[in-house]
Amino acid sequence: MSGQTTRVDTQEIIEAENQKLRARMKPGRYLREIGWRHVIGVIAVVYALFPIVFIISASLNPGGTMTGSNRLFRQVSFENYAALNDTRFWQWFGNSLFISITTAVGTVLMGAAAAYAFSRFRFTGRRIGLTALLIIQMFPQMLAFVAVFLLVRTIGMAFPSLGFNSNLTLIAVYLGGALGVNTFLMYGFFNTIPVSLDEAAKIDGATHTQIYWTIILRLVAPILAVVGLLSFITSFGEYILASLILPSQHEWTLAIGLFNWVSDQLNANWGLFAAGAVISALPVLVLFQLLQKYIVGGLTAGSVKG
Amino acid sequence: MATTTKTVGTKQAKRERTSHATNWGRGFIVKLILMMAIDALGVYGLLATWQTDQMGLFAGLAVLLVAANYIYFARRTLPLKYIYPGLAFLLVFQLFVIGYTFYVAFTNFGDGHNVTKPQAIEALLQQAERQVPGTNAYPVAVVEKGDELGLAVVAQDGSTCAGAVAGDVCLGTAEDPLSVVDGATVANGRPTDVPGWQVLNLQQIISRQDDVADLRVPVSDDPEDGSIRTPDGTNAFEFKSTLEFDEATDTMVDTATGTVFHPNDRGQFEAEDGTRLPVGWRVSVGWENFSTAFTDARYAGPFWRVLAWTVSFAFLSVATTFLLGLFLATVFNEPRLKGRKIYRTLMIFPYAIPGFLAALIWSGMLNRSFGFINQVLLGGAAIPWLTDPWLARLSVLGVNLWLGFPYMFLICTGALQSLPDDVLEASRVDGASAWRQFRSIKMPLLLVSTAPLLISSFAFNFNNFTLIYMLTRGGPRFADASVPIGHTDILISMVYSVSGLDGTAAKNYGLASALSIVVFIVVGTVSAIAFRQTRKLEEVM
Repeated sequence: MSGQTTRVDTQEIIEAENQKLRARMKPGRYLREIGWRHVIGVIAVVYALFPIVFIISASLNPGGTMTGSNRLFRQVSFENYAALNDTRFWQWFGNSLFISITTAVGTVLMGAAAAYAFSRFRFTGRRIGLTALLIIQMFPQMLAFVAVFLLVRTIGMAFPSLGFNSNLTLIAVYLGGALGVNTFLMYGFFNTIPVSLDEAAKIDGATHTQIYWTIILRLVAPILAVVGLLSFITSFGEYILASLILPSQHEWTLAIGLFNWVSDQLNANWGLFAAGAVISALPVLVLFQLLQKYIVGGLTAGSVKG
Repeated sequence: MATTTKTVGTKQAKRERTSHATNWGRGFIVKLILMMAIDALGVYGLLATWQTDQMGLFAGLAVLLVAANYIYFARRTLPLKYIYPGLAFLLVFQLFVIGYTFYVAFTNFGDGHNVTKPQAIEALLQQAERQVPGTNAYPVAVVEKGDELGLAVVAQDGSTCAGAVAGDVCLGTAEDPLSVVDGATVANGRPTDVPGWQVLNLQQIISRQDDVADLRVPVSDDPEDGSIRTPDGTNAFEFKSTLEFDEATDTMVDTATGTVFHPNDRGQFEAEDGTRLPVGWRVSVGWENFSTAFTDARYAGPFWRVLAWTVSFAFLSVATTFLLGLFLATVFNEPRLKGRKIYRTLMIFPYAIPGFLAALIWSGMLNRSFGFINQVLLGGAAIPWLTDPWLARLSVLGVNLWLGFPYMFLICTGALQSLPDDVLEASRVDGASAWRQFRSIKMPLLLVSTAPLLISSFAFNFNNFTLIYMLTRGGPRFADASVPIGHTDILISMVYSVSGLDGTAAKNYGLASALSIVVFIVVGTVSAIAFRQTRKLEEVM
């Protein structure tokens, strides 16, 4: 933490010096060293944003045809948003949120617990366990979707609530991938927390659960945020398993529902899709903005270690 | 090493004293309640699997449940207490399904071979059931409990249902064969009141006409005893199968024609003249699915093309996004630049857009006749972005570039900022040019720290089903292929088409699983080699 503050401080100092420098810089040199970067910046921002601007404009365009939405912001009305109420959109939205939030929480809890065990305890099979996780990581669960489908069909015969058309089934399937994907990322981060902290707490009489919940988990909060966010994004946009497990319309997630609107080829749905897309993008966008400061650090820290 | 073992030893001793595996603290109570809930669910699950006769599930559940109880109540299983929840899910929904994929890959599981042999025999016997000519119609009552329908008849003699004497009422449903019920009242040879069941009147029967007509109540557990059915809801008829299964010789005999069907090694009953019965069962077919994938002209041709495209797509995706990300990171890694933060925040927007949405939005923008790109940016051109083979591939890569460059920008920025200042300083003192500095110092260091991420990005794109499916659905279709596979299909979307789970083709789980395994092997090999290489890179540095 202190390292970061010093860096910010030095940056501020540099910034101040630059101001002085810039004032003295000749236009030619400014253009050569700094100015062209603004040109590229503007191009990059336009490139990054124009599809987003386009879809927002389309969502506000009444009538809802694709051709009509090509002239940006020709008309502004909330007709499409209101029309969403006559569809199953909000149901799908709710399903998606429920599934993704539960998966994210479950993933963080289970992954962090496993990472804690691998990072802090020395036990027989630890090395093998870590190696196994590294190998499992290479085989995405999604690839076995045929087997997942058959397994769910079998389980559903015994417990309908864990069969097709149940959100719980999909969550359970997603949680199956939790350990394989995230433990390594977390393990690397857990290792950066000094063990002396645990030992000090242990001397004070703390149990391993107390150490885990009150000390370690707070210190690794950034990586928990990153893993939670990544897990949320992954399950929010997952299509193949979701579409196999949730065949009936009112159990669909947003990915299935919006895909069906677009692939209907009836271009009349376009405005409806655009409004739905804007709303669907919001949860991830909000989460992303909230957690942005953790993301860069979290993304690089764990994996470089592993 | 010796000291560590000793400290570990004393630690363990202390832990055992302070472990609350079985003391009565608050944590223990919480644990006890959780375990009680889990055990209750588990026991319910065991009963349910036992009742539906799913021994595989029963055994798996029992093992998981016993393991959970042992782990959370024993003292010596501390690490497992933390690992087990995730491990349980991992075992069932990842390891088991991967293992099951291997099993399915060696069978002909799919349409026509969906079930086990006993189930197939039962289905065949049921399908071949015909009304027994010359038998009497006997009066029947249609009964209902909850949503379940049943039939109640008055027994003529012991043959109507097991253990009945004439005058007893026998009741059965689609699931449970006929059996004697006590305490029923009978009027005019028809049951009028059955305890626990509601007897339907004519109107109710008419309102559920189709359900009633479809209802088949087996006479006994043996499918050869046939069933009773009621076409009109008032009279029941005996139905018997025209097929007969002979267990001793393992053959099916058609009682009407006398044809004998023998089981063949494809999992179907086959007569001498080659006619087969419609329902088959799954059997092991050895390496056949794999040889189909590699040598059958219908699959082999597309397979190699799809494999080539998958590898190029994954590689080019990583390369293009990384280069653009690195370029932008270098451009904006300049402390003197004003407004860096704003540029950065706006630029990484695409990263926060879920991939499926981006693909769908772009599929609209790239639409040939109405899309934004053709209509507005290119002034009304009609470029077939998504329907021409090469343009479609280009579009897929372009959309993935838009989606992926912010991520690469973020990690490259992070990596650039964590480069050691002293090395850069030293090179500057030695008179290295900016380009030389980039090529000889920044780039190698950057590759070391980002290589693992580039590999995972490769593995991710190798299976980037959502992007392909949402953007092009794998199309345009190969003109010369009989299976629904196209120019932008990657292996996983090809597996999806082949499996038939999207409803466009006959289901073929066996072949799809075999293809999945090929993908497993390719991805696994690439990652293994790549990780080995990165370790080398790190050593070199």
